[in-house]
Amino acid sequence: MIAVIDYKAGNLTSVVKALKFLGAQDVVVTQSPADVLRADKIVLPGVGHFQATQLLEDLKLTAAVREAVAEGTPFLGICVGLQWLYEGSTESPETRGLGHFAGMCERFPLTFEGNELKSPHVGWNSLENVRADSRLLRGVNAGEFVYFTHSWRAPISEDTAAATMYGGAFTAAVERGNVMGVQFHPEKSAETGMKVLKNFLELAGC
Amino acid sequence: MLTKRIIACLDVRGGRVVKGVQFVDIIDAGDPAELAHRHARGGADEIVLLDITATHEGRGTLLETVKRTASQLFVPFTVGGGIRSAENAAAVFDAGADKVSINSSAIARPELIGEIGSSFGAQAVIVAIDARRGNADPHTAEVYVSGGRKPTGRRVVEWAREAEDRGAGEILLTSMDADGMRNGFDCELTRAVSEAVQIPVIASGGAGSAAHFADVFKAGKADAALAASIFHFGVTDSRALKAEVAAAGVAMRLPC
Repeated sequence: MIAVIDYKAGNLTSVVKALKFLGAQDVVVTQSPADVLRADKIVLPGVGHFQATQLLEDLKLTAAVREAVAEGTPFLGICVGLQWLYEGSTESPETRGLGHFAGMCERFPLTFEGNELKSPHVGWNSLENVRADSRLLRGVNAGEFVYFTHSWRAPISEDTAAATMYGGAFTAAVERGNVMGVQFHPEKSAETGMKVLKNFLELAGC
Repeated sequence: MLTKRIIACLDVRGGRVVKGVQFVDIIDAGDPAELAHRHARGGADEIVLLDITATHEGRGTLLETVKRTASQLFVPFTVGGGIRSAENAAAVFDAGADKVSINSSAIARPELIGEIGSSFGAQAVIVAIDARRGNADPHTAEVYVSGGRKPTGRRVVEWAREAEDRGAGEILLTSMDADGMRNGFDCELTRAVSEAVQIPVIASGGAGSAAHFADVFKAGKADAALAASIFHFGVTDSRALKAEVAAAGVAMRLPC
């Protein structure tokens, strides 16, 4: 069973639709820690404000996710779902992230190299420095395009699986063991996005 | 590198894609789901479905059409036309849209922008602006509503700024002067709006050639450009168009 966590941050229809299209039989949209604990895989989608992730703490989903990923359940965070894997975000400093990856998510700078930088970052941008050992990005080459829409971004670290350039480099995909995240929307990123979701669905628990 | 987007627009009435020739003769151009998929496969970066059904009965048909179109569409998908409340928007999102486009209803009640945005995120709200300026300065362009029939007395640049302040994620700017002429986008107007706001601006109206797209991306500072009439019957392949635009020095998603 794949648990898609619903924390009332936007629209889950597209993610669920894409997972089912790729052959996932048992997709459960849930707010229940019990579902998260018994899931074979966990997906945390999300568009919108980082503050919405406070509901994960309030519903005791944070603890459930922590326990599940410690047991090896593959986890995929999408967009704000990736940002939540870090310590937090300046978008809502009082809301704590999972802290699985070090660092804070920050807003795009207003200018970059002397030029005004538009924000949000919306549209198709390319993946760079794709890590060869990434299981999530297996078969994805540097230069392939994916669809983004966001104003905050995660920093580059040793766990970065792919970077994207916009006002400098940021983490487009992050991966350590069974815990993964993508800043882009794989469910809206045509063939490349479907490849990423398919890779995730084909992961065995460890 | 962030690429400029080329967006295919489908005008839908009563569940069918229609084409107006010279804005009068409406011709059936096919099934929306099928055409949307052909555009996506052909390299369009995004699909917009505009419902031009005016009747109440048409709304149910629209949701069915959106559902069918969205079911296997894995590029961003926007739906516009007749969305007057957050409830209308929620129904369209439930049916599978990623973004909604609102126009007259946002002018009538600007709070609607924030209401939709607070539930579905700012990225899901496109404010569409129909603009007319004749030969006047682009900063004096006026907002029209009700399918371009009613002037509002509001200035386009100011309304775009207000829409941004109220939480719009993108602006879809249609030049009524250029629309349907196939003589190129209104680059001056697009630039005036693009420089006034931080959010992306989608240019619309006037597409006739690849050079027109390159112009509106470069001179007009557009982030995306939308076209309906350039994709005439059977023309659903954006690749050749995108290759030409890329050759003119604009970053495009290629191959796709």
